[in-house]
Order: sequence, then C-alpha cells, then structure tokens
Amino acid sequence: MPTKIEKDSLTGQETTGHEWDGLKELNTPLPKWWLYTFYACIAFAAVWVVIYPAFPFQGATGLSGWIAREAVVEQQQAAQARMAPMMDRVREATPEQIAADPELRAFAVAGGRIAFANNCAACHGAGGQGAVGGFPSLADDEWIWGGTHDAIRATITHGIRAGESEEERVSMMPRFLADGVLTAAQVGDVAEHVLSLSGRATDAASAARGVELFAENCAACHGERGEGNRDVGAPNLSDRIWLYGGEKRDIMRSVSYSRGGVMPAWGPRLDPAVVNMLTIYVHALGGGEN
Amino acid sequence: MRWFNHGTIERNLILMGVLTLITVSIGGLAQIVPLFTVESTIERVEGVRPYTPLELSGRDIYVREGCYLCHSQMVRPFRDELERYGHYSLAAESMYDHPFQWGSKRTGPDLARVGGRYSDDWQAAHLRSPRAVVPESVMPPYAFLDRPLNYTDIAERLRAQAAVGVPYTPEMIAHARADLEAQARPEADPTGFAGRYARARQGAFDGDAGVVTEMDALVAYLQMLGTLVRFSDVTPEQLRQQ
Repeated sequence: MPTKIEKDSLTGQETTGHEWDGLKELNTPLPKWWLYTFYACIAFAAVWVVIYPAFPFQGATGLSGWIAREAVVEQQQAAQARMAPMMDRVREATPEQIAADPELRAFAVAGGRIAFANNCAACHGAGGQGAVGGFPSLADDEWIWGGTHDAIRATITHGIRAGESEEERVSMMPRFLADGVLTAAQVGDVAEHVLSLSGRATDAASAARGVELFAENCAACHGERGEGNRDVGAPNLSDRIWLYGGEKRDIMRSVSYSRGGVMPAWGPRLDPAVVNMLTIYVHALGGGEN
Repeated sequence: MRWFNHGTIERNLILMGVLTLITVSIGGLAQIVPLFTVESTIERVEGVRPYTPLELSGRDIYVREGCYLCHSQMVRPFRDELERYGHYSLAAESMYDHPFQWGSKRTGPDLARVGGRYSDDWQAAHLRSPRAVVPESVMPPYAFLDRPLNYTDIAERLRAQAAVGVPYTPEMIAHARADLEAQARPEADPTGFAGRYARARQGAFDGDAGVVTEMDALVAYLQMLGTLVRFSDVTPEQLRQQ
C-alpha cells in the first residue's frame, strides 16, 4: 500500500509512484474540459439508449418508437409526393410530347442524366460513348435497333436477348465457321469483302471471292451493300463504326463464332416515368432520330 | 477511495481478477445476447435459397480475392441508397452467408443488388479489364480468373456449409459436381438442377461454354446477388422483424 504521497520537486505535482531508471511519472489530472465532455457523453448515451432502439429484446424500439426501416419509407414517400406532379406528367406523356414541352423536357433530361449514370453508364459510358466489345455508343447517329423515341423506349423497356421480356429484341447471328456453313478460307474472303464496303480491302481477289458468299449468307440481314437492317438488329457494315472492332481478325471472329450482346430489360426495374426520362436523355445525347 | 484506486487494484491480484472478469463479461454479453434474437431478426420473405454449387464457388473466389475490402453488400435504409441501389438489404438475404460479406468500405459501389443489372459479357469484360469499359474505374484487373475452376472438392464445400446451418440436402451434396457443370453449360439438361435451385440461371457466364472457369463462377455469383427475393411480391408484414 502506498502510504507516502510523493511530490515532484520541480513542478510540485504528485507522482504516480512508478519509477523507471530514476524517471518518475507525474500524476497529472485529465484536463477539466475533456473530463466534463466525457461525462456529458455518458449522460447523452444513457438518454439515447432509452429513446432509441438499443437493447435486442423482443419488440424493444425505445420510447420514441423510431424504426430506421419505417423512417426511410416515410422519407421516400414524402419525396415521391413532392415529385409526383411532374413525374405523373412525364409518366403519362409520350416521349414526343415530353420533347415538345420545354418544361417537361428540362425535367426529363435532368432526371434522365441521373438515371443514366446509375443504370446505363457502366456499359454505355458516362457520356454514352460506349466501349469496344459490344457496348454501343449512344451518342452517335448509328443505331442498331433504331434511334427514334419509340425505338429507344422499346429497347430500354424490354432489353435485348436478356430472356426477361416476351417483347425483347431478339436476333442471333449464325456461327458460320463453328457450325460448318463456311470454311476458314471463305470466312477470310467474306471479311475481306466486308472491309471493301468501307473502302479498306487490301486483297482485291479475296474480296471479289467474298461478294457471292456475302450475298448468300449475310445480305439477308445486313443488306446487299451491308447497310444493315434495324428490324433484326443487324448493324451497318459499310461505315467505320464497329461494335466488336473493325480489324480483319475481329470481323473474322464475328463471322466465325457470331456476336450478340445482352441488355437487361429495365421495364420491370424502373418506374415508367424514369424509362421516359431515359428515352429523352439518350435521344438528346446526339443521335436521336425523328 | 482508498480501496478503489489504481494503487490498490494493481497490487491486489484477486480484486484485479474479479474486476477484469466483470468488465469482460459486459463486453461479451453485448456481443452474445443479440445472437439469441437472430431468429426473430430474419424476415419471413420467400425466395432465399442456398447458393448453387457454381455460385458458392464464385462466392469463395469473391472472399479469396477480398472483394469485400472495396465493395459492400449492404444497402442501408437511407433514402439515397434506396434511390441508387434499390430496396434496403434484409437479414434474410444473407442468412446463408458464412461468413457474411456486408463489408464496411465502399471504394467501389455496393454489390448487394448488382445481379441482372448488367450483362454477363459486361461482367466478364469488366473483371478482365475494368478500365476497358469504365475509364474512370480504379479497380484492379482480374483477367487471371479465366483459368479453369478447381471444383474437385465442391461436395465437401457444400457439406461444410451444411455443417454451419445452410440447408443443403444430401441430394444437393450428392449432385454438387453435376449441378455445377450443368449451370455453367447452357445446353445441359436443367431438370434435376432447376428442381434443386429455384430460379437459378444456366449460362456460359464468361462467354465460353467449353471450360468451367473461375470467371464463370464469379459472374454466376454476381448475377444472383440481390435477385432471390422478389420485392414486388413482398408485403410490409413480411418485412417486419418480430
């Protein structure tokens, strides 16, 4: 038992009695401001525990009856009520009507930008620029399934090859090499002919051999001159916009093993008003058609 | 004060031991007591099922690669999170997670409801090279996941989950290997597999139906996340914690 309170001769402060190699520890009290803040926190916690749910006992919600899950639902309903007048108008209007009404259009573009960033930007890019590998640009005027308001809305609502909606956009390019329709040499000739459609063929003889093969196998969907067909989602092959790369080896791979991107159906996930806002926003990215 | 100051406690082994026991007990009870109420915490919603063998393999890869260090799986009941991710996470949705993957850090987005949001192609392309599809991303590439999946021990993995309470039936464990292969091959006969795992999707998740890769497993897992409960069918009563 320490019986003797030792005081440091220099500061006059008590020591703790601990000593290391002649060094002694001062028993300096905690600062008053810190101590009282600490006591205040304890008092606050005691009140908090009574008011808010803290103990895991059956049905214990605290005196206030506050439940996080119910509170957030109320907040959401209040926010929806605030937005309802505009959202109802956007939901019930056609995209053309929204585009024609400056007030609705401004609302739809602002809301569409946020919904796009949350749902679409991962694949189509933050500015709708797309990415190589099957993620089409939405900011140019080349459309695979159509760039009118109605076509864009149908694509967003029902998706592409996702197997989620009966009205989804479906088409499947054959696997010409894998299924034995064409030989490897013929695939090379077709690819060379496809390159010639955008003026990039380097082997005229091979491209010439590909003309007939293209007419027999590809023209039904992609058109005689490779101009594409939006009814079946067959892209234009005569320009320099390529979804999976436009080098000869990329084209040969597409012909050999087929391509077909998948887009989820957003109709079941999003409010129809949000689908309309996205339609307006995507249409306004630069390539919208009338 | 004489009997209850540092000097006294530090010099009295029995007093020190008793006081330590009391302090540790309070901390321990605060962690243990809530466990007795777990049953009443889990909501009575329908649809949550044990993970398919392929999804479980993907989950093991998710854990192995430490995805939880940057991605949470927990939509909190805040309005901004509901607007962005969808319905808040339920306890029921992670009742078969051992260990749970709630995470506590969001360098990347929350993944609790990522299932079905993007295509399989996108998930695989993004895992191989995140910046190829999302230029702003800081996620490291996981292109090595295209290697074959080692699933020789998949039945044991199911058995281990069953041992900690996941309701895998003996039939599920017996068919674990076949079910894993059936899910990764879109042309495989789904009869038995679909009966054991409701609403599980078959597919060539990495774009190649030939070899079952780690990519297949991880994409299958990601595409299932948050999709088991159909919130359009859920009533407010079912969401209540009893």
